[in-house]
Amino acid sequence: MNSTYWSWDTFLDALPFVLQGLGYTVGLTIASYLFALLFGFVWTFLRRLPNKVFHFVVTWIMEFIRSTPPLVQLFFIYYAWPMIPGIGVTLSPFTSAVIGLGIHFSTYIGEIYRSGIESVDKGQWEASRALNFTTIDKWKKVILPQALPPTIPMLGNYFIIMFKEVPLASIIGVAGIMLMANSYGAQNWAYLEPLTIVGIIFLLLSYPSAVLIRKLEIKMNTRFDKNATIKGN
Amino acid sequence: MTEPIVKFQDVHKSFGDTQVLKGINLDINSAEKVAVIGPSGSGKTTIIRMLMTLEEPTSGDIIVGGTNLWKMEKKGQMVRANEKHLREIRGDIGMVFQHFNLFPHMTILENCMTAPIHVKKEAKEEVRDRSIQMLDRVGLGDKLNNYPSQLSGGQKQRVAMARALVMRPKIMLFDEVTSALDPELVGEVLEVIRDIAKNDDMAMVLVTHEMDFALDIADKVLFLDEGVIAEQGTASQVIEHSTNERLQEFLHRFRK
Amino acid sequence: MITINAIIEIVPQLSRGLGITISVLLASAVFAYLMAFIAGLCRLSKNIFIRKFTGFYVEVFRGTSLIVQLFWLFYAVPMLFGIELGSNWWIGVIAIGLNYGAYLSEVVRGSILSVAKGQTEAATALNMSSFQRMRLIIFPQAVRMMLPEFGNYTIQILKGTSLVSLIGMNDILYHGDIIRSSNLSQAPLVYFLVLVFYFIIALPLIWLTRKGESISKKGVAS
Repeated sequence: MNSTYWSWDTFLDALPFVLQGLGYTVGLTIASYLFALLFGFVWTFLRRLPNKVFHFVVTWIMEFIRSTPPLVQLFFIYYAWPMIPGIGVTLSPFTSAVIGLGIHFSTYIGEIYRSGIESVDKGQWEASRALNFTTIDKWKKVILPQALPPTIPMLGNYFIIMFKEVPLASIIGVAGIMLMANSYGAQNWAYLEPLTIVGIIFLLLSYPSAVLIRKLEIKMNTRFDKNATIKGN
Repeated sequence: MTEPIVKFQDVHKSFGDTQVLKGINLDINSAEKVAVIGPSGSGKTTIIRMLMTLEEPTSGDIIVGGTNLWKMEKKGQMVRANEKHLREIRGDIGMVFQHFNLFPHMTILENCMTAPIHVKKEAKEEVRDRSIQMLDRVGLGDKLNNYPSQLSGGQKQRVAMARALVMRPKIMLFDEVTSALDPELVGEVLEVIRDIAKNDDMAMVLVTHEMDFALDIADKVLFLDEGVIAEQGTASQVIEHSTNERLQEFLHRFRK
Repeated sequence: MITINAIIEIVPQLSRGLGITISVLLASAVFAYLMAFIAGLCRLSKNIFIRKFTGFYVEVFRGTSLIVQLFWLFYAVPMLFGIELGSNWWIGVIAIGLNYGAYLSEVVRGSILSVAKGQTEAATALNMSSFQRMRLIIFPQAVRMMLPEFGNYTIQILKGTSLVSLIGMNDILYHGDIIRSSNLSQAPLVYFLVLVFYFIIALPLIWLTRKGESISKKGVAS
């Protein structure tokens, strides 16, 4: 098998093997994405608390998480977390990856929520106050219904971005397509074909999704433009 | 009488299925001041944009200084003009835009100096002197190192005029230069145009909604309606003595 | 205190990886910027083949993961073409540069397209050639618009450099892994310090990105 050239036999042999990992890859993407969507709310909420010092601290924690490598963060959660006295627990590779990737990307998602909330017209806040809404009603009935829809295309983009970060989890042992390709390579000393398969799978899944989101974005934009003209009348 | 500096010969222009100009014939003599008036959508702006080579006519000829603007001779045949041909003629034409279009990353002095230096390859010192002189003339000699974002709309438009004048064009085009301005800033811009019209001997084409102003400075007024020149003549002929009904209606709306 | 002693012990060991991390960061950033401008301009070319070809490059590299590309180059290039790319350092730089170059080329393209149409018209009215229009008017404004995104992607590139530890480069993370494997209980401190190292390198980039944001707000026609 120690071929220096491309082999279709190897390709066909590796294909079912690599595909075994697809479930984990997609599953991890969805799980860590949902985690990020939820945790994003936590950041947005924390940053809205009135205490200035607190706001500063939260902002810099987010900055810290966002500007350091997710790979190191995965190592931290998988290898280091269990070693912390008192609070340490051993987590499976999959759970570690959900938390690690989820938290990393929640800092971006939190920013998206924030931009959505800030894009709600000031008059809407004033109107909710004038109508004497409770805080919960104000958020549930006025602010969020307006703040969230414009963020949908951006949130969709992050789904694709996270999908492409998921193979990092192969390094801590999540058996997605990346790990399958690497182990096929190690067993047969043929990396080219399985890695190419991984590339093709990513391309096949992410490119159409990206096109779909671009379309959604255009659709959303026109929808909100229409609203704007209605407002203008 | 000498040959007109600009000739339009049966010029048509369509955007997609919409016919904007349906056969324009027009002579502009050197140093002549021409005002183009008419309802919006009548194709006024398209006329000067074609002359500035920003828009290509669908058919017909535009002759500038004896040379066909949009066509050139190649192996004995008239073919579509290339960029080089356009650039040769374009050098004689300057334009001021409705929305100023100043270069935001340059000071106003740099806005004036860039083209003479890079396009006409003139000496920097000479261009600087001339630019300062021109900015002085439009009343902005004290703002040389300001950026466009620091100026009012009227000031921006005056810079735009200085920028065009520094290139010493033989023909100056003004595309509704006051319609993006607050009413109180219109006067200062019109003053500058009046000054240019009186003291410079270039041909001027003004697309404008300022009727009184047009009457005051124009040698010739064109009334454009539904893609054709419906009326033309001296200012007083067109504005005060025309019998064209559509023109009367149009003027009535503008001069309450 | 034990922790302070441990920090004093760990920091110098991690510092040994600084050279690799920073050199990979700088080289792949420069390479990515270069690819960004080349590909971004090619995608605006009038020639359809150039456009399609660069479009293919951009979609392939944006559509797959950096880690996949890195491993592919690491294992596949020598196998497929029978050539050695010289060293793993180069493989890392090329993979990161090509990947982020593809993302940044979209920034370059988008910025150039978003310079107001009136700017081109004004430049045409001043009889500039198409090259002069690009060089003197469009490009300087587009570059200002690009600055914040270039800053953001440079931070992404820094994060991406941690992957070179996986192809055997002795960067900060690699040294962290070495210390951990010799003393498992130190893992929390080691990886925390590794993160701090990356964050300290990121700080000037964060500052530059904010600077870029304020510059980009000025001096652009809207």
